[in-house]
Amino acid sequence: MSTSDSVIRFRDVARRYVMGDQVVNALDGVDLDIYRNEYVAIIGASGSGKSTMMNIIGCLDRPTEGDYFLEGQNVSEMDEAELSRVRNREIGFVFQSFNLLPRASALKNVQQPMVYRRMRRGEREARAARALERVGMGDRMGHLPNELSGGQRQRVAISRALVGEPSILLADEPTGNLDSKTTREIMQLFDELHNEGQTIIMVTHEPDVAAHCNRVIRLEDGRVAEDRYQEKRRGTADRETVPPAAAGDDAADDAPGPEPEP
Amino acid sequence: MMFTLWESFRSAMESIRAHGFRSVLTSLGIIIGVMSVIAVVSIVQGLSQTVNAQFEGLGSNTLTIRSYTPFKKALQGQFARLTNEDMELIARRVDGISHITPVLFSQSGAQGRISFRAQESFAQVFGVGSDWMEVNGSFPETGRPLTREDDQRRRLVCLVGVDVIENLELPEDPIGEYFRVNNEWCRIIGVMEERGELFGFSQDDYVMMPYGTARRMQGASRTLDIQVQLMVENMERRDEVKARIRRLLRQEHGLKAGEADDFRIQTSEQLTESFNAIISTITAAVGGIVGVSLLVGGIGIMNIMLVSVTERTREIGILKALGATRSDILLQFLIEAVLLCLVGGLIGIALGYAVGALAATLMPGFPPAFVPTWAILLSFGFSAGVGVIFGIIPAAKAARLDPIDALRYE
Repeated sequence: MSTSDSVIRFRDVARRYVMGDQVVNALDGVDLDIYRNEYVAIIGASGSGKSTMMNIIGCLDRPTEGDYFLEGQNVSEMDEAELSRVRNREIGFVFQSFNLLPRASALKNVQQPMVYRRMRRGEREARAARALERVGMGDRMGHLPNELSGGQRQRVAISRALVGEPSILLADEPTGNLDSKTTREIMQLFDELHNEGQTIIMVTHEPDVAAHCNRVIRLEDGRVAEDRYQEKRRGTADRETVPPAAAGDDAADDAPGPEPEP
Repeated sequence: MMFTLWESFRSAMESIRAHGFRSVLTSLGIIIGVMSVIAVVSIVQGLSQTVNAQFEGLGSNTLTIRSYTPFKKALQGQFARLTNEDMELIARRVDGISHITPVLFSQSGAQGRISFRAQESFAQVFGVGSDWMEVNGSFPETGRPLTREDDQRRRLVCLVGVDVIENLELPEDPIGEYFRVNNEWCRIIGVMEERGELFGFSQDDYVMMPYGTARRMQGASRTLDIQVQLMVENMERRDEVKARIRRLLRQEHGLKAGEADDFRIQTSEQLTESFNAIISTITAAVGGIVGVSLLVGGIGIMNIMLVSVTERTREIGILKALGATRSDILLQFLIEAVLLCLVGGLIGIALGYAVGALAATLMPGFPPAFVPTWAILLSFGFSAGVGVIFGIIPAAKAARLDPIDALRYE
């Protein structure tokens, strides 16, 4: 793949925090390219720099040193307003705790990013409705977040992330608050989105979740310790050829009976 | 810009509705402030309208002359006076006067004691000329008016206001009855038209007798001071008449070129004006008090908005992650504060109107309350201003939040 195809390009990116008289190197000179339609898992122990990396990729934070290019734009040199615009247009966030607006219906939640594009209400609602239908929430658009189950909330959050057709879908432990059955459903949704061409980056510490991705980046002490491509594990609903070993795993997962974990 | 305003307005409405009770409590300061201004202004303005209407009845072609002693002279014990001779001089030497009458109040300003059989009461007792009725446009309802002869012969006769009949328990038709006025027996010759109440005080509690009689009852006093009321024949010549009277009185009182007048010639319009000046002062004073209460209300709004920003830190983080700029957040919270104030203002106006109307109804003899448009507009403007001034700090705090910290906030 040519470098011009890279969606994300880190060049010697460092992020340092000053805590008292100590300097913490949350990220310490990272070089990284993520290309279009990649399905990337960022893993690592806590304190390895996952969250910092995620914040920088998501334009919530800027590197202290080095350059970060997102779709060819140098984010390191942007001001607050430009960062807001980039977050709005290029990034779709999915959070562990869903982070839906508590007083807004599913439809309103999904509309919110379009508000900051100054899009008119009718158009916004039509787009939000389409995005909700895409994730299978078409019949619950009027519900408030607290009237929805965890899996349903995360579906609303995913459709909110997708509604603006962002360059990357950035997910932070998207299944961390979900049971294993719902986790499978949500991961299946991510797989489908990836198959439709969406670039997905997710931070996770669950090997099962990382197994869905085709690239795994492991961080350690603010550096990339491992960066490997892998055969992507197929979700159960994926109609493509299933490797025999993986198919066996899926069959076991699908066996009826009590869930192995709550 | 309009788009952003409208969106901010909508989300602010939702937020206010979501915390209905708290929103009302928050804007309570504004509600009470606006309520008191509207209540007081409505009462004062209602009063002012009624009084102005009454002054209009006096007619704009009448002049009232009274002595005027500057404060400094009063301290020196030199009181200006207006005498019957002054009046006669005016009547003789000034053209264009159709009616002229002296009015003699008791010199102490005290009310006269009146009694009938066992009943005793007090009333305003004054002496007037026979022209008084024409000048004031007020005539006896029953009985006969005072005549020139009554005056010349100093007859002990009088006209009474309707309240006197009630207070003294006089017969229903009191004409011909005798009662005591300051220890003199006096015969009632007529009952005056009812004048109603002003400021809750009766205006029908008076005894009117011939000028000559009143003067005799006061005894030969060197400090006699009267008022003169007159009616000009032609409205257009009023100022001319006024100027001529002034020249004549200055000459008569021996005033030198640099000296100030020791009398005042007032038209009914001037009376209205001086009354309105008092009303304006009251309104301004109330405005000041209300300004303080709005300030307190504004601090309440700021306090709750700060709490609300803290409470919604995470929400602000989410909005920033979704692409909200600082100005989007600023506007949203600012409009929420302004809207809180405006809703408070609206409730305050409604309550104030109700309180004003109720107070005017409960106080006997008070005219109906009246809320002028300027008071409503001013209340709205002030409420919005308070919202902007006290909303800006919390809104700026919200806008400045770091999205990462805000998203992490529990």
